[in-house]
Amino acid sequence: MRQRIIAALGIAGLAATGLVACGDDSGSGSGSSGGEKVTIGIKYDQPGIGLKEGSKYTGMDVDVATYVAKELGYDEKNITFKEAPSAQRETLLANGQVKMIFASYSITDARKEKVSFAGPYLTAGQDLLVKSDSDISGPDGLNGKKLCSVTGSTSAQKVKDKFAKTVQLQEYDTYSKCVEALGAGAIDALTTDNTILAGYASQEANKGKFKVVGQTFSTERYGVGLKKGDTATCTKVNDALKKMVDSGEWQKAFDKNLGPSGLKLDAATNPPKTFDACA
Amino acid sequence: MDVISEFFSEYDGLQAFRTTIYLTLLSAVFALLIGTVVAVMRVSPVRVLQVIGTAYVNIVRNTPLTLVIVFCNLGLFLQLGVALANKDSNTFINDNNFRLAVLGLSVYHASFVAEAIRSGVNTVPLGQAEAARAIGLPFLKTLRYVVLPQAFRGAIAPLGNVLIALTKNSTVASVIGVTEASAVMKVMIENRPDVLFIVFGIFAIGFVILTLPVGVLFTSMSKRLAVKR
Amino acid sequence: MSSSSVLFDAPGPRAKRLYAAVGVGSIVVLLLVLWFVISKFNAKQQLTAAKWKPFLTGEIWTQYLLPGLAGTLIAAAISVVLAMGLGILLGVGRLSAHAWVRWPCSVIVEFFRAVPVLLMMLFMFAVYANYEVFPPERLALAAVVTALMLYNGAVVAELVRSGVYSLPKGQGEAAMAIGLTDGKTMRLVLLPQAITAMLPAIVGQLVVILKDTALGYIITYEELLRKAEQIGNFKSNLLPALIVVGAIFVIVNYLLSLAAQYVERLMRRRGRSAGGPLTADPTDQNTAVGALAGAGPSDTVDTN
Repeated sequence: MRQRIIAALGIAGLAATGLVACGDDSGSGSGSSGGEKVTIGIKYDQPGIGLKEGSKYTGMDVDVATYVAKELGYDEKNITFKEAPSAQRETLLANGQVKMIFASYSITDARKEKVSFAGPYLTAGQDLLVKSDSDISGPDGLNGKKLCSVTGSTSAQKVKDKFAKTVQLQEYDTYSKCVEALGAGAIDALTTDNTILAGYASQEANKGKFKVVGQTFSTERYGVGLKKGDTATCTKVNDALKKMVDSGEWQKAFDKNLGPSGLKLDAATNPPKTFDACA
Repeated sequence: MDVISEFFSEYDGLQAFRTTIYLTLLSAVFALLIGTVVAVMRVSPVRVLQVIGTAYVNIVRNTPLTLVIVFCNLGLFLQLGVALANKDSNTFINDNNFRLAVLGLSVYHASFVAEAIRSGVNTVPLGQAEAARAIGLPFLKTLRYVVLPQAFRGAIAPLGNVLIALTKNSTVASVIGVTEASAVMKVMIENRPDVLFIVFGIFAIGFVILTLPVGVLFTSMSKRLAVKR
Repeated sequence: MSSSSVLFDAPGPRAKRLYAAVGVGSIVVLLLVLWFVISKFNAKQQLTAAKWKPFLTGEIWTQYLLPGLAGTLIAAAISVVLAMGLGILLGVGRLSAHAWVRWPCSVIVEFFRAVPVLLMMLFMFAVYANYEVFPPERLALAAVVTALMLYNGAVVAELVRSGVYSLPKGQGEAAMAIGLTDGKTMRLVLLPQAITAMLPAIVGQLVVILKDTALGYIITYEELLRKAEQIGNFKSNLLPALIVVGAIFVIVNYLLSLAAQYVERLMRRRGRSAGGPLTADPTDQNTAVGALAGAGPSDTVDTN
């Protein structure tokens, strides 16, 4: 009888280890050693900002992050990018899952209570993405229309409260579902930062389909999210950002990632001239 | 403990649980209907229907519920244009998402209902069906008057399990924007990580209250209504 | 199999015509639905080469689908092993002669059976995040595994209990008669037979666990569904990506349920544990209608 229980457990155990073993083969392939490693949180689903393209990562956030990390002494091959979804950025930083976050992360007082910010490294604004033949010209034209945003973001609720009381809100967990819905005509507009919207509008498959309305109704200062109280890193990041702007690398990164969409950012604040004090 | 009053006032937790209950009850009715049809198809004399029924169960049962519900929204509604609410209504998005979620939950759990009914059919003695045929009843009447009534009574316990699973699975409706209990808990956890355990406790107890009586009720029903043989 | 069905007579000429008509009719309906779906998808540009070709490239598989599948399988494998350990402990605990062991175990089992897995995952993720329990990169996996372990552990506990109950009384009595203590009776006589009997059900439970790992994408666990989202953003083909991932799930789970049936047959042929393989209903299947009505073996357990 004893053999039988062992055999029974053994079969299950074997099956399980078999699964694990075959999983490991195709799992993470990082193995290079030498130098300190750093994990940086970015978006995986925002074209032009932070996008996973096969084994590569592209976008403005990614380029800035890479530059800053190099200035902080991390070799490019030691950078690991990790997805940092909006709703989890604070938690990711709080528990050290990532060291820095470059993920269209606006500096706000509420967030400052939970995390520290370096930067800002870019100033964007909330805007609307609509179909290219749409006549919506701004947030107050949204009454009776359907607006999409992602769960855990307040941008849509703000539009409803401030501009259009009778707008209907659709919430998905990712922007890509919103874009899908906009393409299918199920919603009239998608709201978030103009940089993100421009990224979608200029994607290969969406070219000519959508337009960014171009009337921003908020100011979003993208900061580098850091663990609360990490002033040492904050100072270093600000120095690196300053160097990036001064050397012209910032403009290069912008032209490469967001330039093609024709997006015009507020010239007074972009590229950044001053940075917030590290507290 | 102010978080408990927040649950009732600011987050309207009761409304969220009401949505959970509506989702569950509506889906349960439709799942029972679809599941019965599928079960009948699987035991029918028409080969094509058998194949369709079996394929339905094997495909749906092996797909994650999350995917089924996302397909209802992205596939059925966005691509195929099947809207389940009045498009001009000013609550279209909420109504439509709710009904799409009901559809997804029904379709998914129908495969388990079909299996439960089949296990109920398993409890019906061979002689019952033979007797029905002997008095000249055709297939559908054999099922309707002889086999299914007994099968349902034999399937009460597994059907109860499906209902409990359905109650809990209704939380997945949050992925297409239905504001049920889990969606509200997610927001509350994000806003009040300091009272994490209390927040979870409230919602967990809510589900215990919803599911425990169902389990007790169905267990006692399955004993009381069992066909005496 | 259908030839031996007891639910209907061998069809005569009229019935044959009727069956043929119903068969053809349902095929026509099916084709119409299919045609509707395809033409609508086509009209909405969902069937273009640009959307489907990526799945023929190596990159999509090596960077997205295979790592995603690995994530799904790893989480499921760890969960099932832990759930079995926890389930046996709780199940035996519930059968204990001591009330102070029995009661807590019962409460724990009933509680975790009642709480939705999604709720549990969201909670565990927040707990692990706030209290820094796990190394950062293992956080999401740990939350997924914990939630699945607790729920499925409770399910396995119930399986253990019903497995032990399904054994003939004589087994326990015989053990008692040769002077074994309660603990030894359980450990040496009852449990081994119960576990053997529930093995098919446990393999079946793997399907449930595998599907539930998909919920992990909500807390950013890198599994198939999350990878489908990423493919969708990369190639602007969200729906095709979800369809492909759905197909992968169906195939893997179908293979698993075949494995479950195989194990069940193996047990039936060889095992002869006093209880026999555990199925939903102890009714003798050979004399029941469904066994002859073209139905496969039924599986037990919960649904999701």
